[in-house]
Amino acid sequence: MGYKIDEYLRQDKLPHIWCPGCGHGTIMGNLIRGIDKAKIDPDKTVVVSGIGCSGRASGYMNFDTLHTTHGRAIAFATGIKLANPELNVIVITGDGDGTAIGGNHLIHGARRNIDLTVVLMNNHIYGMTSGQFSPMTPTGDNATTAPYGNIDQNFDLADLTKASGASFIARGTAYNTRQLIEIFAEGLLHTGFSFIEAISQCPVNYGRRNGLSSAVDMLKCQRDSSVNIRKWDSLSKEEKKGKFPTGVLYKEDKREYTEMYQEIIDSVQEEAK
Amino acid sequence: MSKKGKVKITHPERCKGCEICVMYCPTDILVVKKGQITITDIDNCVGCYNCELSCPDFVLEVVENNER
Amino acid sequence: MKDKIKLLQGDEAVVEGAIAAGARFFAGYPITPASEIAEGLAEKLPIYGGKFIQMEDELASMACVIGASLSGLKSITATSGPGFSLKQENLGLGMMIEVPCVVVNVQRVGPSTGLPTSPSQGDVMQAKWGTHGDHPVIALAPSSVKETYELTVNAFNFAERFRTPVILLLDEIVGHMREKVVLPDEEDIEIWNRKKPEVGPENFNPYEETDGLVPPMPNYGEGYRYHTTGLFHDRTGFPRGTNEDAKNLMDRLMAKIEGNMDIISLYEEDIRDDDEIIVLAYGSTMRSAINAINQAREAGIKAGWIKLKTIWPFPVDYIKEVGRRAKALIIPELNRGQIIKEVRENVFGNAEVHGINKYDGTLIKPEEILNMIQEVK
Repeated sequence: MGYKIDEYLRQDKLPHIWCPGCGHGTIMGNLIRGIDKAKIDPDKTVVVSGIGCSGRASGYMNFDTLHTTHGRAIAFATGIKLANPELNVIVITGDGDGTAIGGNHLIHGARRNIDLTVVLMNNHIYGMTSGQFSPMTPTGDNATTAPYGNIDQNFDLADLTKASGASFIARGTAYNTRQLIEIFAEGLLHTGFSFIEAISQCPVNYGRRNGLSSAVDMLKCQRDSSVNIRKWDSLSKEEKKGKFPTGVLYKEDKREYTEMYQEIIDSVQEEAK
Repeated sequence: MSKKGKVKITHPERCKGCEICVMYCPTDILVVKKGQITITDIDNCVGCYNCELSCPDFVLEVVENNER
Repeated sequence: MKDKIKLLQGDEAVVEGAIAAGARFFAGYPITPASEIAEGLAEKLPIYGGKFIQMEDELASMACVIGASLSGLKSITATSGPGFSLKQENLGLGMMIEVPCVVVNVQRVGPSTGLPTSPSQGDVMQAKWGTHGDHPVIALAPSSVKETYELTVNAFNFAERFRTPVILLLDEIVGHMREKVVLPDEEDIEIWNRKKPEVGPENFNPYEETDGLVPPMPNYGEGYRYHTTGLFHDRTGFPRGTNEDAKNLMDRLMAKIEGNMDIISLYEEDIRDDDEIIVLAYGSTMRSAINAINQAREAGIKAGWIKLKTIWPFPVDYIKEVGRRAKALIIPELNRGQIIKEVRENVFGNAEVHGINKYDGTLIKPEEILNMIQEVK
């Protein structure tokens, strides 16, 4: 039951900068436990992050880590992975970073089915810049840039990444920590584009403006609105209302990008002989 | 026979008093006092790991043979 | 020998030069007039065990190249004006976190979509100031196909040696023009590779100052497990908010380039002791300039030329000295006057400075330069 996380955490960089009750610390901790569970080589693991609250995770994780520009982490990770396919490349992004400014890279990374593990910490808000609405802020909710209520519609990120070609798609919550660890470990070991949406809570810049002022209230909300995928299909349309499925939502064996490129190299070099 | 682990506050300086661990604790032995987490009755700790896995700030650990 | 003689266009010379310099990774996005570079490397790289990827956009291409370089491969991307604009933020990250790579911009007329198939030198200032904030820049500009090959090798060597992105500024004429080139033998090409750390992970600081101010750089996956961020950082690589750390980093980034002008600054001159009029040019414009000088000399005019191959950093001391001995400087450019401003600033009024500027997609003809020489003589 105990996970060895000390080796994977830059202890001297803690406490981290995230606010009291922020779900990002919990998700990062359980990503590290997932890494421990999957037993991937930490010396061959690279963590790439973008900009925003989620972007800061890379600095606390004891691997080769790269804190990049806003939205582009998957593009940087693509170069890292293709240049050296031996590496386990993990991308940490957020709902603003990954679905707004970086949305194009998300769908194209999925389309290539390149072997990255993308963890999208979805706290439904731009937290770092103090509460502007993101593509994942629920319609009708309040944000500093939606003072009269948000009229934007959201993505269903599982549908989006599935349509784009991802071969492993999962969703978890900061609330259900044991499920998160399982999902992360399975996603890390999957060969191909693994997309994991981790629902996080931002009590300070989202909850406070939307009737959920404490992390505990927000976690209870995650508990009450999430349904394990194993039970999801048995729910009626009415029962599904306001709820979302969690767990491994989709998985398929599919040809991976860097392996396909290596086949090109092998055949071209064979021909040149 | 290995003793069951019990919670230990390994990094009190990191605690931000969010009370997430308090919500998870099945035996209600965790209490935030003056913004800091405290353990009221370690004997009642069942070593479930809920607090360790949920703490966003890496404050708590379940330690086997915890000598407090 | 025979297979070393080639009829190449400038874009193809970039491909040959990159392979010779050891480039093993390309990421890019289709754009005129640079697509031939992507096409050439898509074909060649896998033969050498290298990787090619066509990305979803220009921003991703720049990001991908930086990532590949961090994994240890010499990396290159190629674009033109609109794409160069899009690459700027990630290019700035490359400068900030000191990642060697080469960015080719085959210039076309801008702004906006502009004249996509016509030559321009309009991105000279963008090469220096395109990304936000102060930053170090090396930019090279070839004037022939042969020079394109040579400067591509130089670009990789500078990138590796000084741990920074290097910009290679072609213009559409140089990019698409075909010339006979005799490629050098492999053993005659000087190759620089990035300095690797001599200490183990436990004693390693990724941004430690060393000789020449360039920190050694391990590849990802070698066990160093270090952090890199576009935030201002100290020698450990982690962000530190002190003003002193910020200043130290910026000063070192600039000094590692400006302190190595003797290596980086490449130019040629043909100036006789009594030459009074000097034409300073770069890129395709240089070809008309040399032709014009030859005609002027035949007519008995005391005129010479300077060819800038390194545009940034600008050879300040050299131009100051030229300004003191020349009567007049003529600066032909395919823009509304960009390098001329640097020349004027450094000549301090010692010599007259005249520009010849075209920005309509046509080139500057030798007669136009010759006319100006006759006017100012």
